[in-house]
Amino acid sequence: MRLHAFYGTALPGIEHDTYSGKLIVIEGTDGVGRSTQIALLRSWLESRGHAVLDTGMTRSVLAGRGIKEAKLGHTLGRLTMQLFYATDFADRLENEMLPALRAGFVVLTDRYIYSAMARALVRGADPNWIRAIYGIALIPDAVFYMRIRSAEELVPRVLQSGRKFDYWESGMDLHQAEDLYDSFIAYQKLMLREFDRMSGEYGFRVIDASRPVRRVAADLRRAVGRLVDSGETAQRTPAVARPTETPPSSPPSEPLAIDAVHRSERAQTSG
Amino acid sequence: MISYGQHRFPGKLFIVEGTDGSGKSTQLALLHQWLRSEGHTVFFSEWNSSPLVKDTSRRAKKRRLFTPTTFSLLHATDFADRTERDIIPPLKAGAIVLADRYIYTAFARDVARGCDRAWVREMYRFAVRPTVAFFFRAPLDVAIDRIVSGRPVLKHYEAGMDMGWTDDPEESFTIFQGKILEEYDRMVEEFDLTVIEATRSIEEQQREMRGIVSRHLKELK
Repeated sequence: MRLHAFYGTALPGIEHDTYSGKLIVIEGTDGVGRSTQIALLRSWLESRGHAVLDTGMTRSVLAGRGIKEAKLGHTLGRLTMQLFYATDFADRLENEMLPALRAGFVVLTDRYIYSAMARALVRGADPNWIRAIYGIALIPDAVFYMRIRSAEELVPRVLQSGRKFDYWESGMDLHQAEDLYDSFIAYQKLMLREFDRMSGEYGFRVIDASRPVRRVAADLRRAVGRLVDSGETAQRTPAVARPTETPPSSPPSEPLAIDAVHRSERAQTSG
Repeated sequence: MISYGQHRFPGKLFIVEGTDGSGKSTQLALLHQWLRSEGHTVFFSEWNSSPLVKDTSRRAKKRRLFTPTTFSLLHATDFADRTERDIIPPLKAGAIVLADRYIYTAFARDVARGCDRAWVREMYRFAVRPTVAFFFRAPLDVAIDRIVSGRPVLKHYEAGMDMGWTDDPEESFTIFQGKILEEYDRMVEEFDLTVIEATRSIEEQQREMRGIVSRHLKELK
């Protein structure tokens, strides 16, 4: 059992509650393979006897449909979009994630506040504003960031999945390029940059998502298995004060292969 | 993102606030008539009126899906849409914008429901600061009489029944409005609200309102 820990302002009424489940976040840009990995992880966890709830952005009972409808039109403004996403998030947090965590479930969430914040930031939102709004978010037990090396790498995945380029996933509302392809690349580059910025600050565990599905799945199982079985807990202090150099807390004996790669990459770019 | 108090537009924004039954909508309608007859371009914007949010909001009220936090967030979404669509463009065009309820309604209601005061204020930081924010202050019993006598059934969220204070809608409404009034009183100084005593005659209130508004219109002509 552990006390709820929030990034900022606690949700009203539950500041002193405890829960026994695990909140595990899978983050990453569009087309990186998050839903495939979540499906694999879910059946693996269930076969080992864990109850799993999986959830993801725009799936809330309250706002999911409204967001989808709003995205079909051409009148959805930036601030409105960010707050609609936040409404969706809060509904799922209060009505799905928290009850499941209290009941001892492993909660797998396809994206969390980080994608929502990255989308807001690349659209010029004030970082303090968007962070304050998402201060109601519970600090997860682990955030796995499925990282891809370049935006171009996402393209075959998007096309092969048969989804085509989506207006919003291509950031067409930013008016950076004439066509969907150029806009997609430009937008996803901005998103990758935002994720990399958040990575240290929020203690992401970076997974190299450029590799084949089964290798990524093996990494995730190892890390999630350890978390769920041993009761290993993530650092529960708010991320705001943490220096960016602090690496994610994985034991040195068995690091996630890619953490090291990513860190050295970052060291090179920043040095 | 431009924050509260930092926008610079040629237009003017006048808003009315107050508890239910304070008479603010009547006053705003009269002001609207007058401004139009004076030849001004006037745009009217109402609380809870975003076409993007309407269906979600209606469904959530009907099925009682809201918590205090999601109630607050969805109303902020609605207000953001109004700001982006109804408020900023006309103000840029130099028009007069009239708004029935503004961010102070959210501050009062959401905090009365237990949301954190600072969190709600930060969320609405993108709002344009009104040229004048009128607060129609009516004593609690007067406001409640006007509402309860005029309407047979109080709605679930309107009466604050979601908070579980009591099973009696009228009693719940009274408790809720009391808390809301406390929040408004706290905001008079914080946001420099212009208080109009709503117990006076309709004509007197309107005269006072027109006097204040006309002082801000000289630069428009």
